[in-house]
Amino acid sequence: MNNHNKFSDERLKLSPFHERQAALNVRDAWSVWNGYKFADYYYDAEYEYFCIRNTCGTYDISPMQKYLIKGKDAESMLNRMVTRDISNLAPNRITYVCWCTNEGRMIDDGTIFKIGANEYMLTCGSPNLAWLKKASFGYSSIEIEDLTDTVAAISLQGPTSFSVLDDMGIAGIENLRPFDFITIEFNNSELTISRTGFTGDLGYELWIEKNSAIALWDALYSAGENYGIQPYGETATNMARLEAGFIMPYMEFNEALKTVHFQHDQTPFELNLGWLVDFKKPIFNGRGALLTDKKNGPTYTLTKLDIEGNKPAEASYIYADEKCTKEIGYVTSAMWSPAVKANIAMAMIKTQHLDDELWVEIYYEKELRQYDKVVRCTKQKKPFWMPERAKLTPPRKY
Amino acid sequence: MKKYDAIIIGAGHNGLTNAAYLAKAGLNTLVVEKNDYIGGAAVTRELHKGWFYSNCSYVCSMMRQSIHRDLNLTKHGLILVPYLGTVNFSDDGDTLSAYHSEGPYYNELRARSPHDADAMFRLQADLNRYAQLIRKTLLRTPPDPTSFRPRDIKEMLFLAKEFGALGEQEIYEYIRFFTMSAAEYLDDYFEDDLIKAAMASPGIIGTALGVYSPGSAYILLHHVMGDVDGSIGAWGLARGGMGAISKAIAGALKEHHGEIRTNSPVQKIIVKNGKAIGVALESGEEVYASIIVSNLDAKRTFTKIIDKKDLPQGIYEKAKNFKIRGSSGKVNIALSALPKFNNLPDNKYINRGGQGFTGSLKTMEKAYDCWKRGRWSEDPFIESVIPSAWDPTVAPPGKHWMSNFIQYCPAELADGPWTPEKRDQFGQTVIDKIERYSPGFKDLIVHMEVRTPYEIEKEIGLTEGNIFQGELTIDQLLFNRPFPGYSQYRMPLKNMYMCGSSTHPGGGVSSACGANAAREILIDLKKPNTVPEDDCFDE
Repeated sequence: MNNHNKFSDERLKLSPFHERQAALNVRDAWSVWNGYKFADYYYDAEYEYFCIRNTCGTYDISPMQKYLIKGKDAESMLNRMVTRDISNLAPNRITYVCWCTNEGRMIDDGTIFKIGANEYMLTCGSPNLAWLKKASFGYSSIEIEDLTDTVAAISLQGPTSFSVLDDMGIAGIENLRPFDFITIEFNNSELTISRTGFTGDLGYELWIEKNSAIALWDALYSAGENYGIQPYGETATNMARLEAGFIMPYMEFNEALKTVHFQHDQTPFELNLGWLVDFKKPIFNGRGALLTDKKNGPTYTLTKLDIEGNKPAEASYIYADEKCTKEIGYVTSAMWSPAVKANIAMAMIKTQHLDDELWVEIYYEKELRQYDKVVRCTKQKKPFWMPERAKLTPPRKY
Repeated sequence: MKKYDAIIIGAGHNGLTNAAYLAKAGLNTLVVEKNDYIGGAAVTRELHKGWFYSNCSYVCSMMRQSIHRDLNLTKHGLILVPYLGTVNFSDDGDTLSAYHSEGPYYNELRARSPHDADAMFRLQADLNRYAQLIRKTLLRTPPDPTSFRPRDIKEMLFLAKEFGALGEQEIYEYIRFFTMSAAEYLDDYFEDDLIKAAMASPGIIGTALGVYSPGSAYILLHHVMGDVDGSIGAWGLARGGMGAISKAIAGALKEHHGEIRTNSPVQKIIVKNGKAIGVALESGEEVYASIIVSNLDAKRTFTKIIDKKDLPQGIYEKAKNFKIRGSSGKVNIALSALPKFNNLPDNKYINRGGQGFTGSLKTMEKAYDCWKRGRWSEDPFIESVIPSAWDPTVAPPGKHWMSNFIQYCPAELADGPWTPEKRDQFGQTVIDKIERYSPGFKDLIVHMEVRTPYEIEKEIGLTEGNIFQGELTIDQLLFNRPFPGYSQYRMPLKNMYMCGSSTHPGGGVSSACGANAAREILIDLKKPNTVPEDDCFDE
């Protein structure tokens, strides 16, 4: 028995792109996502982050959960489950949604692709099959297929991403607007390309049957050679999404069904996702509780912060005074933004204290010694990174 | 006739920074520029269709991030991206790769010398320690050591405190360091010649000193004290070329209603009763302002655009003798494909970043000897970067451009003035040398721009093409820059200031000189200070 097969029962699943990605993971930096072996970074996280902002990069989203939901009742079931109204969603369009418990606490967020009149694809970060089954009770004409292990998916993000797809000869890619998708034939498989992503930049996500994954990778990397293509992992993704102001599970929110402590999960209003909640819909899961939450105001409000200095305010408390006597919140994610050259963060701040002064106590280490400092925070309305090119159609060809 | 609050002469990046801060403080500000483009030496030029050269300065690590942040330069289109590994080539073709990760770099050094691999850690710590001290002074006005004004005393105490924090032994080392040569300084660390040569090479870039000349150790430090997002010693590229920096600062200036007039060379600063009151343009037009700021180098400012009789005694001589010697050349090359280099693995992170055609300490010193004799060496030191391998906006897809900085290139040749023929011969020498390390290189050349000190002075206005606007030697640093007694940006004429790299903290695309000068002007106007005073680093 060779060493690789040893413990094979306990090793992680490999993504359909693994063979190519392993060859490029110079640093052997792996972590795990939904049972799949998954890169933290490949060469240098900051360089990979800059590929997203400067050239383009690929991010393996195969471990993301993908559910095909078919049948006459598909629309009504989904519309009852999610807080947003999807009845107006046109075919070949995508919408961002979240879904909640009866208590209005958020279970997960994800995207819904409308493939046809009675056919949808739901994608999300964590397994939600059990909840989908629960949500379909009482609907007779509905079929749910878990595509997670059969469909490979890869995100191509960054300013040169369009040029790569255009050079691959994908017809009509120039007309794709944000949240559009098209399906074409590639390598005798169906290839779906959506103009979506998690970076706040120009970008696409590509979905293909897993046996064609390597062919897709090779086509991307062959066309991408002249456009600075580079695989990136979790670390760079986390940097880009924070600049774009997107929430991350287990950073900004704790999935409601996995939360032990009372109200250590969140409502969409707390997460600034009120715009996803459509009370014009007469019925959806959590509606009553969410109405109350809206009326009373959420306990916390997720807030974007620009922080003095350059030390990331990781795991810090927010105070209403410089002396740190009145605690009013906590930081969920923080980083130094290399593109914006600002010390940025997202924080949960008690809604009633949103207009107070905001101070943060930051701990940092310097050659084994701990230091701390208290600095001022400024609320920021818009995402830190929101370039015009992210929305421009057709995008710039390099 | 419209009168401005302030006129800045020269739209280089420091002039624009100065103007942006004055405009931000509410001053009615005008920048006049002789060329038909802005940026001075921080510029991007399309000299061959589709290729965009940073044809003067070409990499960036000194840009003060607090200024970047404060002037919102990202909003105005600036993004600084890092490039990865650099390779140094020895005379006999050996390579030394500076990998972007500590482990592989250690292994690479260890393969040449286990001793040196170990010593590199100590060198990095020592340079970091020195760099941290200097970095704290970048956005501060140097104190006048002879003055007893409270602010000068406060600043002297600040320096003394920071200096004292080094510890007794390090204080001795630090003082020694300022007067040492790069090669001798490194003797204490390394035994391998290529490692020593590679580490010493930043000590000669842009200066008329050799690796064995006293003072070159500081030049080394000046080149490694910058950072990219806090990683000291790292270098970055401005996306879109160095001109993107100037463009972004100009964007901030315009946001605050400042004006820029290109094609407006200044003939003279107009002086009345010892006060600067305006500028006379070469077109004959006169423009008046309460404050005149020169972003030109000290020599050019005081010997070319001010009447000798308007200056207090002694200043003209000081300016004439200001050390600003031409020593560098630049060759910008458009390429039809990526060049391949001998003895380099197929590793995209390392084979297309920076190249140091270093040779050896001896080769570098011989090149310096040639410079002293008014010639260029047949085997010059070349520092190259291929920006297009990292920035998709500066060459067509699949095509590239290579920036080559050459040390040394005399401002005047022993056998007479520069001519186009001699300039092209110089360029030929450079590509001959690269071809030795990259067979087939010449076949890739699509277009080439060769710049000697003569061209750089003629076009950009830097005296002798000196990239620092004056040598960075201890007699011209800190409170000695540009001249003792005039280090606080105020010049011998009333209402006249300087804001270019001839002032503290010296050369490099840092925006620090321009920002510091703006702070002094605001103090004189009794306006609140709006210029950042440190870079927020708790190092």
